[in-house]
Amino acid sequence: MNSPTQREYGVVAAIAVIGLVVLPLLNGAVPESSALHLTTFQLGVFGKYLCYAVLALGVNLLWGQTGILSLGQCLFFALGGYALGMHLMLLIGKLGQYHADIPDFMVFLEFPKRYPSTGGLPPHWIPFRNLGFALAAVVIVPALVATAFGWLAFRSRIKGVYFSILSQALTYAATLLFFRNDFTFGGNNGLTDFKVILGHDVNQPATKRALYIASGLLLLGTYAFCRWLTTTKFGLIQRAIRDSENRVLFSGYATAHFKLFVFVVAAVIAGLGGALYVPQVGIINPSDMGTDKSLEAVVWCAVGGRGSIVGPILGAIGVNALKSYATHSFAEQWPYFLGILFILVTLFLPDGLVGIPARVRGLLARRRPPAGPTPPPSSSPS
Amino acid sequence: MSTPKKHFILAMEGVSKAFDGFRAINDLNFYMDEGELRVIIGPNGAGKSTMLDLITGRTQPDRGRIEYGGDTDLTRLNEYEIARLGIGRKFQTPSVYVDHTVEENIWLSLRGGRGVWSCLFARLRPADRDRIHALLDTIGLADRARRKAGTLSHGQKQWLEIGMLLAQEPRLLLVDEPAAGMTDNETERTGELLLSLAGKHSIVVIEHDMVFVRQIARTVTVLHQGSILCEGTVDQVQADERVKEVYLGRKKKAPATVA
Repeated sequence: MNSPTQREYGVVAAIAVIGLVVLPLLNGAVPESSALHLTTFQLGVFGKYLCYAVLALGVNLLWGQTGILSLGQCLFFALGGYALGMHLMLLIGKLGQYHADIPDFMVFLEFPKRYPSTGGLPPHWIPFRNLGFALAAVVIVPALVATAFGWLAFRSRIKGVYFSILSQALTYAATLLFFRNDFTFGGNNGLTDFKVILGHDVNQPATKRALYIASGLLLLGTYAFCRWLTTTKFGLIQRAIRDSENRVLFSGYATAHFKLFVFVVAAVIAGLGGALYVPQVGIINPSDMGTDKSLEAVVWCAVGGRGSIVGPILGAIGVNALKSYATHSFAEQWPYFLGILFILVTLFLPDGLVGIPARVRGLLARRRPPAGPTPPPSSSPS
Repeated sequence: MSTPKKHFILAMEGVSKAFDGFRAINDLNFYMDEGELRVIIGPNGAGKSTMLDLITGRTQPDRGRIEYGGDTDLTRLNEYEIARLGIGRKFQTPSVYVDHTVEENIWLSLRGGRGVWSCLFARLRPADRDRIHALLDTIGLADRARRKAGTLSHGQKQWLEIGMLLAQEPRLLLVDEPAAGMTDNETERTGELLLSLAGKHSIVVIEHDMVFVRQIARTVTVLHQGSILCEGTVDQVQADERVKEVYLGRKKKAPATVA
């Protein structure tokens, strides 16, 4: 037996070995003089892509599997990032520019005057000294925000494009809030200049490697979770809601509860991705939660193939690799490029990159020119 | 003192519903016995679909009571609560899960776990499998079990949706224009299917096709401008002057009244 799912497991296992073993070895064990050596910078860039891929899996869980197009998933990504970033800021200690006990931006913004009793540290920052608390916040803060927003939206039966617009508005509002200096999260500079994580220098190659491997493991775990979910009755209900929500509702399922659950899970996934993104990139600021970033995540899904599980991963890594190349060569044209890519994929590859083999097979079998955008290759002609 | 009331599966009393001033349902009184197969006919805009919306909790009435099984007031409940009480609704256009196999469509509709957690850890039990196959035999789709529902013909999708309703083991089935878009042969088979289900379930069928109505109907209710115009056998209803007037329009009748 060689079912498509088993083939997929084979491909994923091979990529996991390359990503989690071979690439770190090329960085750590191959001498820098060798042509095969992978620089720590390159590995860090890959690590960033892996975090984006985690975010894309969350977007896909909502959009591809359940038909809910959220244009605000980067909010949750950034919330996870900020939660861990706060802990990293407090670890800097006296190593900062001002050699103070509190993060530099708090000195600069004269926080000691605002919070004299704590030496300038806003009270809600204090528990973030504890790594366990920060890690819990990485999960709980996105989950709480998603629960509150999702509960209101789904209970009021806000659907389709209205939900998309609302999610975008939420993200935009949050961005404006985080831009404010007195919101105590560093304003438009955000959190940056991290020095140590878990007692290790964040800029050491070994630390970077460990963070990269952690991102790979998180992606693998998220993939396994999403894959498992598709095999459950819950996964069937998700896709049923996508295709005919009324039928599900009138079959006795409280569809709002299902949608809320998926929304919260997707937010937690995004938050975890964001938490690993921050120490690798070294900065988190309000532009990371912006609406444009959230839209990009949707494009990754579409390009890779929404609805499949591997597709969004491919899309996130592929589009970002392209972006890294493109922004070096022609930075200003990149948004146009991304837009054209999205339109072309939507028109000619509705199943994304992962849909290409099936499409080619279909064309060969029918031996006629492409029929255009409408029939998805997954359903045979009726 | 209330006299001992007859036990109706569905009793609608003094129900009204207006949309932006348009009275879709106007002081409707409708009673139905357990196990009955009732056909509702009426011209476009008579309020047939709104009536089903009111029963299934999709919209709430402005006034009136909708009682189910003699003791449950449906007007306070939402769609999924009403579905769980055993009221199944088939939509006018076939709504099945096109990306799932025929089997999976039935599985999701089977009675049992409807919560998020139970769905995360539910497994298909052998008893479920037997039940699915029995249902597929009933609706004549046993040989399509593993095909995606999206590949079925229009008529087959309609049957699949009826099968999905049956999987919920409903006491009351509400079927909105099942024969729409079907071939004559398919229409007749649909009629036979509904007749075979009557008695075990109480069934309300909304229909336009009078040949089909004649095939299945015992009692026909004619709805007009949101209330009941008349009720009786097909022959009685077709002979009724008011029904003719409603269906044929007033133009023919007008000279007669003037004269």
